[in-house]
Amino acid sequence: MDGIHDMGGMDGFGRVEREANEPVFHADWERRMLALSLAVPFAVPYSDDHLRREIERIPPADYLRSSYYEKWLIALESLMKERGIIPGGTVTLPVTPGAPIEAEAVADAIKGGFPTRRDDKEATARFVVGARVRARNIHPKHHTRLPRYVRGHEGVIHTDLGVFGFPDWNSEGKGHKPQHCYTVRFSQQILWGREAPAGDSLYVDLWEDYLEPA
Amino acid sequence: MSADGKDPKQDHHHDHDHDAEEKGLALRVKTLETLLVEKGLVDPAALDRFVEEYETRIGPKNGARVVARAWTDPAFKQRLLTDATAAIRELGLSGLQGENMVAVENTERVHNVIVCTLCSCYPWPVLGLPPVWYKSAAYRSRVVKEPRGVLQEFGLEIPPGTEVRVWDSSAEIRYMVLPRRPAGTDNLSEAALAALVTRDGMVGTAAV
Repeated sequence: MDGIHDMGGMDGFGRVEREANEPVFHADWERRMLALSLAVPFAVPYSDDHLRREIERIPPADYLRSSYYEKWLIALESLMKERGIIPGGTVTLPVTPGAPIEAEAVADAIKGGFPTRRDDKEATARFVVGARVRARNIHPKHHTRLPRYVRGHEGVIHTDLGVFGFPDWNSEGKGHKPQHCYTVRFSQQILWGREAPAGDSLYVDLWEDYLEPA
Repeated sequence: MSADGKDPKQDHHHDHDHDAEEKGLALRVKTLETLLVEKGLVDPAALDRFVEEYETRIGPKNGARVVARAWTDPAFKQRLLTDATAAIRELGLSGLQGENMVAVENTERVHNVIVCTLCSCYPWPVLGLPPVWYKSAAYRSRVVKEPRGVLQEFGLEIPPGTEVRVWDSSAEIRYMVLPRRPAGTDNLSEAALAALVTRDGMVGTAAV
């Protein structure tokens, strides 16, 4: 969706404010919020695509006013409500929860991660490295990982990253639609006009469904 | 304090509201945790362990080891630049938000900088959790469009002849920058070199 979260290229947010010797967390509730977000999926599965979809649904004014972990809180609450885990809202995705992760398993679970790359045999690549492509000018109402600032612009396939599930479908519960994801190189002048330095470039990772031959 | 020496709190006229808001958030998180614990879906001891890992073990010191190794071992550097996930795993580092890693090398001709414009994707196994500025609207909106201006604010002047490459990590790859090894460090040990490497150097907002 064309939401406030899709910030690349917007003006008006001012200088980048930095905090010297910034702590990892600024409050104890932030610690608990991070830990909850990482622990809950072991018992009540959801993916980053689902979490991001919920964050992107936060109304723009609230999104800008909320801190990072506050957005996580809002998103986790809605995910738990729609799964019928906590009261409130409409249960649209009822689940039978599994067992919680045990303390002893945490370090290994972090090290193992949640691999998202799929078998390359699941999809054939439509584009080869060096091919000229255009980011499609599409405006889905649902979650997407195609930033607005590249839409309609021409770039070059820099790397074929292999096969991954398609977030636009996964976040909607429509399946994984495995497909190749590519690093695409765009010239800064193509994206931002003649005032951008001629040699500078931007690289962004885009799923095949976001691209068409140029 | 912010980078320009201004304390953001001084500009903030709503400290009282802010405190009330923080209390409200703390209560909401506590309520959610309590509900999930009562239902047997999370174990508070496991939550403590997650916090401990990210507060004490997983942070930019890990990435600094990767950089120092690349500076001192050309074969490792080659492996890092061709398959960063595997090379980083050689140092015992892997996992959440680093399942698919790519390392991009700064040279005399190229300067790289990392962002996630859509949320705040960041290579956790090597850099830990991202700082607030990396997640800020100002950084996410501006660094893709005016990277040289943003880097200047960080105190980093990129010469006109050097290509700036911005990497918007909006999909499944998490990026780290391999900074240039500073001059005059030929005699330093790998550990001493690692001590020179900063978080910002590996994001691309500092030279090292």
